[in-house]
Amino acid sequence: MTRRELTCEEVIEQLFDYLDREVSSQHRADIERHLERCRDCFSRAEFEKRLRAKVEKSVSVQAPQRLRRRVKDLLDRFDTDETNSTN
Amino acid sequence: MSASSSSGDGLSRQRRRQWFEHEIERLMDRLYGTALRLTRHPDDAEDIVAESIGKAWTKLDELRDPERFEGWLFHILNNTFINEWRRRQCRPKLADDPDNCEPDDLDATHFSLFQQLHQPFLLWWGSTEDRFLNELLQDDLQQALDALPDPYRVIVVFVEVQGCTYGEVAELLGIPLGTVRSRLSRGRAMLQKVLWKQAREAGFTVDCRGTEGKPS
Ligand SMILES: [Zn+2]
Repeated sequence: MTRRELTCEEVIEQLFDYLDREVSSQHRADIERHLERCRDCFSRAEFEKRLRAKVEKSVSVQAPQRLRRRVKDLLDRFDTDETNSTN
Repeated sequence: MSASSSSGDGLSRQRRRQWFEHEIERLMDRLYGTALRLTRHPDDAEDIVAESIGKAWTKLDELRDPERFEGWLFHILNNTFINEWRRRQCRPKLADDPDNCEPDDLDATHFSLFQQLHQPFLLWWGSTEDRFLNELLQDDLQQALDALPDPYRVIVVFVEVQGCTYGEVAELLGIPLGTVRSRLSRGRAMLQKVLWKQAREAGFTVDCRGTEGKPS
């Protein structure tokens, strides 16, 4: 038995669920089959994927040295406390 | 405690600390960058990162599988942020009621950048979508994310940046799954609308379509 093909409208409606990996593997395969055959939906999916990758990358910001020092001091303090309490 | 076991503890503690610091250093920029997008303020971001690392260090024994350190640490970061965020809200349930903090010009339930950019025919010099994405800078994205009201921005960051599942977000924020979905979809639409507005203000045009100058 062949499964009913998804329409463009259905694919676009579920596109983000698909990109977020929130669809079942069967459903995922159905969407992918549509994307292989439909240029419009494929372009849309590619666009959203690339935009999303840019959003993800946008959080790569250099942490200030001050924060690194603060973290080191914090860990030193924990270590000192631990050493004092075990001895 | 015998001398040998005490020196053994010291050594393993030292090794643990080395391992921990190495992992932290590897993740530091992303921890800070994520906290900065969540809080929007450098000082708050530093506080949250420092507090999360402190918590992770003291609770390190609870981490069964070192391979999962990264996810575990980001989970602590998210929780630390949410606790702080809740603490600061004057209205106790703002997280469940985002509508009263949504600027009108961001109203964008169904806005799609792709629909603004896409040409129904192929252009030999490449698509407008490609040109748009290629011209999009990290600063543009940071500004656009920061323009979103908290309840939307937070979910977009959890899902798009950290790859959280909808279920994880629902649990983190203590809201129903349906709310996660609707806010995420609205947050994305808002984000795209802001990016579109920024691009147009910076002089980006969609050629051959005649949308220029029309009121949006
Ligand atoms: Zn299609």
